[in-house]
Amino acid sequence: MSALPQVLVAGNPNAGKTTLFNQLAGTRARTGNYPGVTVDRRSARITIGERELELVDIPGTYSLTSSSPEERIAVDAILGEKDGETKVVCVVADATALARGLYLSLQVLECGFPTVLALNMMDEARALDLTIDTDGLAEALGCPVVPIVARRREGLEALQSALVQVLDDGPPPMPELEWGPAVEAAVARVSEAYADVPDPRRREAWARWALMSELDEAELELPAKVREACEAARSATEEDLDVQLVAARYAAVDELVGEHVSGEGPSHTRNDGLDRWLTHPVLGMLAFALVMLVVFEALFSWSEPFIGWVESAIVFSQDMLRATMPEGIFTDLLVEGVVAGVGNVLVFVPQIALLFFLLGFLEDCGYLARVAFVIDRLMKGVGLHGKAFVPLLGGFACAVPAVMATRTLSDRRDRLVTMLALPLMSCSARLPVYVLVVATVFAHQGDVFGILSVGAVALFSMYALSLGATLAAAALLRRTVLRGPRPTMVLELPPYRMPLGRNLLLSTGSRVKTFLVDAGTVILALTIVLWALLTFPKDPAVAERFAAERAEVAATLDGETEADALVAIDGAEASAQLERSAAGRLGKAIEPALEPLGMDWRLGIGVIGAFAAREVFVSTLGIVFGVGDEVDEESETLREELRAAEWPDGRTLMTPLAGVALMVFFVFACQCMSTIAVVRRESGSWKWPALMFTYMTVLAYVAALLVFQVGSAMGWGT
Amino acid sequence: MTVLGDLSPGDRARVQGVRCAPAVRRRLLEMGLLPGTELSVVRRAPLGDPIEVRLRGYSLSLRKSEAAGVTVSLVPRASTERAPASAPLPAE
Repeated sequence: MSALPQVLVAGNPNAGKTTLFNQLAGTRARTGNYPGVTVDRRSARITIGERELELVDIPGTYSLTSSSPEERIAVDAILGEKDGETKVVCVVADATALARGLYLSLQVLECGFPTVLALNMMDEARALDLTIDTDGLAEALGCPVVPIVARRREGLEALQSALVQVLDDGPPPMPELEWGPAVEAAVARVSEAYADVPDPRRREAWARWALMSELDEAELELPAKVREACEAARSATEEDLDVQLVAARYAAVDELVGEHVSGEGPSHTRNDGLDRWLTHPVLGMLAFALVMLVVFEALFSWSEPFIGWVESAIVFSQDMLRATMPEGIFTDLLVEGVVAGVGNVLVFVPQIALLFFLLGFLEDCGYLARVAFVIDRLMKGVGLHGKAFVPLLGGFACAVPAVMATRTLSDRRDRLVTMLALPLMSCSARLPVYVLVVATVFAHQGDVFGILSVGAVALFSMYALSLGATLAAAALLRRTVLRGPRPTMVLELPPYRMPLGRNLLLSTGSRVKTFLVDAGTVILALTIVLWALLTFPKDPAVAERFAAERAEVAATLDGETEADALVAIDGAEASAQLERSAAGRLGKAIEPALEPLGMDWRLGIGVIGAFAAREVFVSTLGIVFGVGDEVDEESETLREELRAAEWPDGRTLMTPLAGVALMVFFVFACQCMSTIAVVRRESGSWKWPALMFTYMTVLAYVAALLVFQVGSAMGWGT
Repeated sequence: MTVLGDLSPGDRARVQGVRCAPAVRRRLLEMGLLPGTELSVVRRAPLGDPIEVRLRGYSLSLRKSEAAGVTVSLVPRASTERAPASAPLPAE
């Protein structure tokens, strides 16, 4: 396996690297993970002529300096060396912005592995009257330069044969760069710390990489001796090593461009026309609002029929299993645990697929960078990146796809802050809880200012509270656990381009697949654990008691009255068994802690059940109050039962104040195992979801406690 | 001393130096904002920040706080001739 020579497809973001990868890989692409980090590793086995090769998609990067996990991976892939490994680097450059592509190309050539430069988007370059002398460029660089149009498959055969050719030809000559004496001395010094790298050229490449990357502190695990050598090298000179390193390469780039590229260069007329509208103070904001509305609508409404299908399919298979399998624990496990768990996973797929399709569209067409450009001013106040807007917005629909959408952020801290704060956004699963509570406690209240019902005001307040809490949490996280260098937003605004449907489908598919495999398994396992908690231990005495009641009903009643009585008995039995289950006992055990919040053990069980997904609070309460688990938030029976519920001393349980405290609890609490599973997947460790769960639970508890205690003391809504 | 963050849309300028946090500085340098590089400010975002800068054939967005670390000398709008880097700077 490992003996297959690798073709690493590297390049600037927006240079068409993924398009080229997809065209070369066809349907053979596989998505995996780079070890230890949550960056997708896409690869494919391809055959060129007689040669079998492994094609690997390297994360997009502007340079081989590391300030993000993606860039670190690109560096390790391109510069790292393993025994018995052979590789070719295929640098994809945008022919219309050649200078930036050449900067990366020079860095890759410095590493000394066989390299091919693929000049992509040659059709656009021609349309801009840019003439690129590829032969001259190839001679000057010492590596093949192949003009291609990846989206139209132009030039791919020539590229493939060039890739195989350089495998046999061996390393390209070292680019002639005027580093200057200060850089050369520093590189010589630092490269001594890389004595374990056998090849002297690679040793120096690592030294230049370390000199440029070393100040980015915690992101890198640099060996101490390398760090020391860098510091020594820096303090040994008055010169500005950073500028000299970069300037030496750009001097070569400018010379190459000057000699081999002729023509006006991109006038950006197409862009300017569009950008005049899309970043206009008024129209631009309108366009932005419109695009975001579409994203929101997609998550909220377009996904609904698909979610409905998934749910119907799950209910159908549960009914089928129930009908065909013998009654018993095993069937219960299968139906309530496994199939329900699969349902809990699949139910996210429509939203994930829609969000990633739209996100991919926005990114590929170039508008996502404008989203960041337009809205960054508002986001930076709380320490968030402009690009975090779409994930935050998605949080109003569902945290699971929204957390996955933080992938569009390249900086690790930006990504973590966004992902840990956004589960505070009031997702659509909280709505049934709010609706049930509002309808229960505010149904007979008057209006505010004669137009709005108290319930509507309460509901609106919860959304406002969640938005405020999200932004505050982001600001706080940025200043505490995720403190670091001042966040930046240096972002390329790429030309607008028409996205390729095939790319969108492939990337959406691979996102859905990684969710199913990595987060899905955790969600499935948690569903089964939760089912067991809510089911076991079963009390045989209870079962006997209700069996006796059933027998009596069967003996004394008949027809419809019998059926009604049996349904009531089923409800009462489910309620009694739930009370004796582990979750029921847990609910009772935590009642002393919940009482100051205005919750009794019955609501406590609801909160535990809601861990599966917040809306499950409603059906769990249905079971607790003996009205069955088929209820939804519109159920008048459940509302009546809740209104009638009392504390043992006869006080009403669900006062308006208790209702508000309960809703406030749900605004903040991390009652969602799927969010935890997906944050684990996206952050790469259990540490971050643990932190998130802790801070959200503490926040929820304290906030609900304050509301209920202060409210009680003031005599509000009791 | 003029910094990039103070320029208005339409202004052309030549980079003199980049002084800011090391990580940002390297990013800006590697994106091509080197001493001597000529650039133009294209526009401000609708809310006033960030700004869009065009250089080396592509567009870059950066926050004013980041652009405040880039010292520049204005290139007169009317002419495309190269102004000496030490030329007296017109007031903003």
